[in-house]
Amino acid sequence: MIAPSAFAAKPEGSAMATLSPTTAELVRQSGAIPNSEYLLEVEHVRKAFPGVLALDDVQFRLKRGHVHALMGENGAGKSTLMKIIAGIYTPDSGSFRLKGQEIRLTSPLDALRYGIAMIHQELNLMAYMTVAENIWLRREPRNAFGIVNHREMRRATQALFDRLEIDIDPEIEVLELSVANRQMVEIAKAVSYDSDILIMDEPTSAITEKEVAHLFRIIRSLKAEGKGIVYITHKMNELFEIADEVSVFRDGRFVGEHKAEDVTRDDIIKLMVGREVTQMFPKQDVPIGETILSVKNLTLQGRFHDISFDLRKGEILGLAGLVGSGRSNVAETIFGVTPATSGQIVVDGREVAVTSPGVAMDLGMGFLTEDRKESGCFLTLDITSNMQAAILRQGYTRAGIVREREIEKLCLQQKAALRVRTPDLHEPILNLSGGNQQKVLIARWLLTKPRILILDEPTRGIDVGAKAEIHRLISELAGQGVAVLMISSELPEVLGMSDRVLVMHEGRMTGILDRKDATQVRVMALAAN
Amino acid sequence: MAIQTLPASETAPRVRRRLPPELSILGVMIGMMLLFEALGWIFVGQSFIANPLRLKIMILQESEIGIIAVGVTQIIIMGGIDLSSGSVVGMTAMVAASLAQTAGFTHAIYPGLTGLNPVFPVVAGLVCGALAGLVNGSLIALTKIPPFIATLGMMVSARGVADWYTDGQPIGNLSDEYASIGSGWWPVIIFLSMAILFHLALRYTRYGKFTYAIGANPLAARVSGINVERHVILVYTIAGLMSGLTGVVHTARAISGQAGVGAGFELDAIAAAVIGGTSLSGGVGRLTGTIIGAVILGILTSGFTFLNVDAHYQEIIKGGVIVAAVIADQYRQRKRRTV
Repeated sequence: MIAPSAFAAKPEGSAMATLSPTTAELVRQSGAIPNSEYLLEVEHVRKAFPGVLALDDVQFRLKRGHVHALMGENGAGKSTLMKIIAGIYTPDSGSFRLKGQEIRLTSPLDALRYGIAMIHQELNLMAYMTVAENIWLRREPRNAFGIVNHREMRRATQALFDRLEIDIDPEIEVLELSVANRQMVEIAKAVSYDSDILIMDEPTSAITEKEVAHLFRIIRSLKAEGKGIVYITHKMNELFEIADEVSVFRDGRFVGEHKAEDVTRDDIIKLMVGREVTQMFPKQDVPIGETILSVKNLTLQGRFHDISFDLRKGEILGLAGLVGSGRSNVAETIFGVTPATSGQIVVDGREVAVTSPGVAMDLGMGFLTEDRKESGCFLTLDITSNMQAAILRQGYTRAGIVREREIEKLCLQQKAALRVRTPDLHEPILNLSGGNQQKVLIARWLLTKPRILILDEPTRGIDVGAKAEIHRLISELAGQGVAVLMISSELPEVLGMSDRVLVMHEGRMTGILDRKDATQVRVMALAAN
Repeated sequence: MAIQTLPASETAPRVRRRLPPELSILGVMIGMMLLFEALGWIFVGQSFIANPLRLKIMILQESEIGIIAVGVTQIIIMGGIDLSSGSVVGMTAMVAASLAQTAGFTHAIYPGLTGLNPVFPVVAGLVCGALAGLVNGSLIALTKIPPFIATLGMMVSARGVADWYTDGQPIGNLSDEYASIGSGWWPVIIFLSMAILFHLALRYTRYGKFTYAIGANPLAARVSGINVERHVILVYTIAGLMSGLTGVVHTARAISGQAGVGAGFELDAIAAAVIGGTSLSGGVGRLTGTIIGAVILGILTSGFTFLNVDAHYQEIIKGGVIVAAVIADQYRQRKRRTV
């Protein structure tokens, strides 16, 4: 809800009238260049959600021709602030100036007319429409009778793609595109608005190195045109490669703004977490036991072929490869989500037919899936229900009644051990930050006491502090003799955590490296083959 | 540039304890009763509430919808929908009635099977309903067609079976023993005991936990080792059983079986569930809410009749109330959503 009084209170010294979206659009179309140094200045923004103060008196400013990175742990308020600027959330209070003039943001459409476009973290394309239709949605070129001119639409799309050096057929349905290509379409769509301000919310989380380089080329050319770019990211190297300024947020508060060249990686981490994070990847040396899981020539037709490896007690086997190389498919097949078309899975020396996740669990496996929202969380349910989902089939009932008190005690232990930050286990999981949700899902599997734990992107999209905690936890599990198969797109994570690294390329194994041989260069070489 | 560091907050944000969602619906129910009470004194000069007979009729009427809604609520919580329940009521009513005719009745459907112990027609009705549910569930779980389509098919087919069974002729002359099932407070007792039984099952058993989990995220449920297909079939079968039970109760109350019985019940049952706070997107809902939802539908019907409101207006207003309930539900969900 908007507090009208908060909006009425304009910052002192501002005698200007609010700039309407219509006027802003006309001014932009006329090509007039206002002389303000800052494209956007935002101050005193406050936004509360039920139970959480998401933004507390934060500020942000964006210079013309600059890339401004936003850093902060999950739940720090970066995405919330950007969603306010893009007109998706309504702030409780705050002042917004576009090129020096007061504006009020009430809808995403208004934001676009003010020249603010956002590329979302989640992809928002219509799967059954073509690439061109998606890009020009609501802005389709039409003839005098209001009929959409498809030829013109195709031409405009091709022109846009040529300019951005994107090689995608405009007539193809989005459904047929890979995730990385969908992301490129989203980027092209945002650019097509010819906005002055472009907000990118973790644009590289689903794309490969090659596309990241491509994206950075696009960003540099937009910079040269005088656009301002807000870049939300968790990746330090990107920050130093592309950003001019960085603003750091923590717990819904603005912590500071710095020139990227003035700060180091450690400075940023310190600002983000408010404490020193010494060890990022603390893999302890533990005795490696006997082989517990062997995979021989495992094949899922059309996805991956002839995957073979052994996994031993206490070992962490990293599974590296580019997005789309079939890593997750291998994990899903071993766990019985998509049973193999050929090949063998051997557990404890006996060949087994893993036809469903239930079978895998009976063999002592656990599987943390890649996508928290898609296949992990029960978002409408509370934390306890989420944690207990996998152990319920192991008993824990008396005369048909679930022994809730006992399970609750186990959940509380996990909550303490994993440091899940919540006052109450009956809180909906929806209200937790990404890192805490991930801990709940890890707890779900730890409760089953797995001997083989498959972790698919265990630290994706979670903040630095939680990340270190999860790394420590994985290492401890290995120390207790659990065999861990870990998939990760972050090379430093794979290299830091794994005893051995299996590398995949387009559905095939290209090598297994021992810890001492596994360097960033060698893994990348195998992954790109 | 100096780095200023704020202390990290180690404590999680405090949250207010949520009240059970039924409370707001209960409030609506009480408010509605008081409204009719006031309107009663103004327009017809008598009390709405202080009339035991009216309340009894109201509750009896809604018990049948209520029994169906017990099954349908579980399906909706699991992320499905059931459009076939009304037709299944019609089908089971015919089957049960045909086995419940008075001894020696010469024009009986099965002249050799008259005067049976009421257990037989009851079991036949229940089995028939459960079979319909089993078919629904199997179609949905094994062929992956949308529940809307599968149960739409069953809705048409089951009504066809009901009509075919006697060529549309009603089945009368039911035995007194059978009729006693529908007499007095029995329908209410059956409804409430089913509602309580399954409320406890949803709340305290694995069956219930799995139902919520599948409704909240079927993929995550599968990865958590839950046999989703088997559970879907089970829940639809139970819902079919509830429709069969309603068919039995209805024929016993009406002391006849008619092929058209139950038409529109499926939508009333869905409405009771939704008014009671069950979310059509799955994973959210409680049977206590459904009971209140059924009572609210009953209050509307009997309240308008009490005020001599034309039956057509009743329907118009009822439709509005259902939509208002869904709007309120969505608003509640939006409030829950955070960063």
